[in-house]
Amino acid sequence: MANQVEVSIKVNGVDSKAEIEPRMLLVHFLREELNLTGTHIGCDTSQCGACTVLLDGDPVKSCTVLAVQANGKSITTVEGLANQEELHPIQQSFWEKHGLQCGFCTPGVMIAAVGLLGENPDPSEEEIRDALEGVICRCTGYQFIVDAIKHAAQIMAGEEKVAMADSLKVEEVR
Amino acid sequence: MASLIGSAVKRKEDPRLLTGNGCFTDDMKLPGMVYASFLRSPHAHAKIARLVVDKASQLPGVIAVFTGQDLADKMTSVPAMWFLPGCDLKPKDRPALAVDKVRYAGEAIAVVVAKDRYIAQDALDLIEVDYEVLPAVVQQEKAMQEGSSLLHDDVPNNLALLWKAGDIPDQVFEEAEVVVKERLYNQRVIPNPMETRGAVAQYNPGGGELTLWCTSQNPHIHRLIYANVLGIPETKLRIIAPDVGGGFGAKIATYTEEAVVACIAREVKKPVKWIEERKEHFMATSHGRDEVLEVELAGTKDGKITALRVTNTANLGAYLSTFGAGCPTIDFGLMVTGAYAIPQAAVVTYGVYTNTTPTDAYRGAGKPEATYQIERAIDLFASKIRMDPVEVRRINFVPKESFPFGNAMGVTYDSGNYQLTLDKALELFDYQAFRNEQEEQRKKGKYLGVGFSTYVELCGFGPSAVAGAIGFQGGVWENSTVRVHPRGTVSVFTGTSPHGQGTATTFAQIVAEKLGIPIEDVELVHGDTQSVSMGWGTYGSRATAVGGAAVSIATDRVIEKARRIAAHELETTLDQVEFINGQFTVKGDLTRCRTFQEIAKSANYAWNLPEGVEPSLEGQSFFDPSNFVYPFGTHICVVEVDEHTGEIEIKRYVAVDDVGRVINPLLAEGQVHGGIAQGVGQALWEGAVYTDQGQLMSGTFMDYTMPKARFFPPIESAFTETLSPVNPLGAKGVGETGTTAAPPAVVNAVMDALQPFGIHNLDMPLTPEKVWRAIRSGRDNG
Repeated sequence: MANQVEVSIKVNGVDSKAEIEPRMLLVHFLREELNLTGTHIGCDTSQCGACTVLLDGDPVKSCTVLAVQANGKSITTVEGLANQEELHPIQQSFWEKHGLQCGFCTPGVMIAAVGLLGENPDPSEEEIRDALEGVICRCTGYQFIVDAIKHAAQIMAGEEKVAMADSLKVEEVR
Repeated sequence: MASLIGSAVKRKEDPRLLTGNGCFTDDMKLPGMVYASFLRSPHAHAKIARLVVDKASQLPGVIAVFTGQDLADKMTSVPAMWFLPGCDLKPKDRPALAVDKVRYAGEAIAVVVAKDRYIAQDALDLIEVDYEVLPAVVQQEKAMQEGSSLLHDDVPNNLALLWKAGDIPDQVFEEAEVVVKERLYNQRVIPNPMETRGAVAQYNPGGGELTLWCTSQNPHIHRLIYANVLGIPETKLRIIAPDVGGGFGAKIATYTEEAVVACIAREVKKPVKWIEERKEHFMATSHGRDEVLEVELAGTKDGKITALRVTNTANLGAYLSTFGAGCPTIDFGLMVTGAYAIPQAAVVTYGVYTNTTPTDAYRGAGKPEATYQIERAIDLFASKIRMDPVEVRRINFVPKESFPFGNAMGVTYDSGNYQLTLDKALELFDYQAFRNEQEEQRKKGKYLGVGFSTYVELCGFGPSAVAGAIGFQGGVWENSTVRVHPRGTVSVFTGTSPHGQGTATTFAQIVAEKLGIPIEDVELVHGDTQSVSMGWGTYGSRATAVGGAAVSIATDRVIEKARRIAAHELETTLDQVEFINGQFTVKGDLTRCRTFQEIAKSANYAWNLPEGVEPSLEGQSFFDPSNFVYPFGTHICVVEVDEHTGEIEIKRYVAVDDVGRVINPLLAEGQVHGGIAQGVGQALWEGAVYTDQGQLMSGTFMDYTMPKARFFPPIESAFTETLSPVNPLGAKGVGETGTTAAPPAVVNAVMDALQPFGIHNLDMPLTPEKVWRAIRSGRDNG
């Protein structure tokens, strides 16, 4: 194709260079060029937030950013939240509190939550619900997402770390 | 050891999904893969006068362009699979790609295959089409009128079906002490799972095998239908549902796009991917509901309901969708009397073709509509006789002693205790305190309202013999193979194909508990027609009640065989062997024992098996239930209506559900929350809006209100457990409780709040504008 341009984007700490069409969306760059398929596409009007990633630390909808706009910048996707062997507190909390069902919106929702907790480490229930304005989940009714974010805030405040191997603990019957 | 069944076990499927390692259909990447995009009609009803694809074909990067004509001898149209008898059904298949005429806006007329999706999109713009626009019919009652434009020449009045069940003489209503009549509209809603539909197809020209990865709730049903559509044997078509990002009914149906993608993969001999855009999803994936419900209830002044008759005029859209004929008839009609012992009932359903997207199952499928009309009618009846709506419900409940209970429409409720969920909900809620508060607040110009919904659902399809009797072209049993490997780990093959429910966890709980082994040792295999023998789908809250039951029985058969081997090794008789916590022991002698893992090895190595016992350790079950299951419960919603803006705030939401045995309370509660969000969504915000010309106005997330986190207070959820006698687990099903119960609970609450304004009924969604206008005019429905 004509008009290929080179971009250099740091993704999850790794410098990634590629020749791309200027019209390529960041989400397609991540998914197609880098095979980082954890970032999903749920709509075409920037409403659903499934594609949310961190751009220089701030949550953005990667379907609404051109890859060239991220040139020289740093991106964090769901794959980069932790090191794939341990879980980030937000991932751990979504697991424990059942903050996901089908898991399709989840990467974007978790990234949005990380963005919130970066700004506000101890959000109220209302602040969490307001902060989720940019994402849509069709499965959970949001309640366990809210619980998960509250829980993550607690873990992050206490810097508690849990390995992924600590899995599938059977809790008491309610 | 704590019991696994009934425990809030964390999900086995989550670590993959949480780290971005899931595999959804769009995540599939195959060597040499190319991309398909569909050209869709902008008109709801038009003749295709001219269709020229030459310029698109010539665009660099385009591999092929196909029209309906091109595919005519390569695949057939896609048929429905529910052919309801006795209703003069006139099924109309979805054409692969429309030829000559389009019947709804968004219908596909051509498909481009290109080396990437950007080029495929570019090529769509180069296809030239001339349409001769025809008058469109959108609203079902208008479409039935004489002289309306016809979608299909051989379907007079666009009437696809006329179904009647039950008959009540007019005299019953003429002589009744009280009659309540209301016209309700259960509006069209759009399922909108967060993952749209999509398909990846790969063809092997050597052997003729086709593999289709697609977003399916029922890959085996897709194979059954598409093998025929593609003209290949089922043995050559493999369907895989990888991770599926929600379904809500929308991924039951067999559509044309997936079959077209498979067909063109065979033509271009390259793997082809198609991922539906959200705007396509709005137009081309089945919609739900869209039923005009005219309900007439007869009763006595002291609150006893004596008869009910309902007319449902249902909008089927442009073609008959997969389950399209069943939702407004069987699924709806058999449940119109709800949780009440109403002696007489009758239903008439008109199914009508219109120039709109075909309608099909949407979370609940028929039961939410049935519940909506009876729960609304009860409140209207209560209001008319000036009785508390809770009291009317109590008076008319099917008493707990009456189960199994045959309702007036001829189905038998398996088990129930309706009063119990109501009592528990009232206890959580404190009804009297609310009524006092309501009165106080009204004096200050604040309008609070409470709404009740005491629902019962028909779930857990089979029995298969019933499916046959009602014209469903398939079985509704489920199967499982529980395969024990030599080291004692277990693969569980299930026909249940999940899309977010957590089945890989709940089914593993069942197996691990029964075998007394760690849950980490159990893995589920699902969603692939090549590894699982059969499966009839995940819908109608049937996963646990039918699929889980098959898993349970197959596990019992593993234990049965293992016990024989253990008895042989322990040199005792079968009746002397006990199996407790994963150990086979001889009664009275705990020193003589074998672990489950030891027997797994013995069975698989087969060095020393008892006479007549074959090698390996595997159990299989094909479970066809003897009846449906009937989950029930009580939902209570409290709202505040702003008199000045018409805005509605949900102040409280209490849900007490009885879904039989709860396998995992955390997952069950998650299902309840999600269902309520969708049910409240239908009541207050969601609704598909068409223009008279059939243009979908609510065609994006900007125009169609999806529920957001800030719309809800925390939901207060609790369960009672009334076991079902229909399956060995006692399970009933939890997936559709919220969408069934919530809409009338919310609408009843808003009507209760608006009672001082003399308003009795408003149709969903109760948007601020609609409520504001009603308050201003003091009239129902503006």
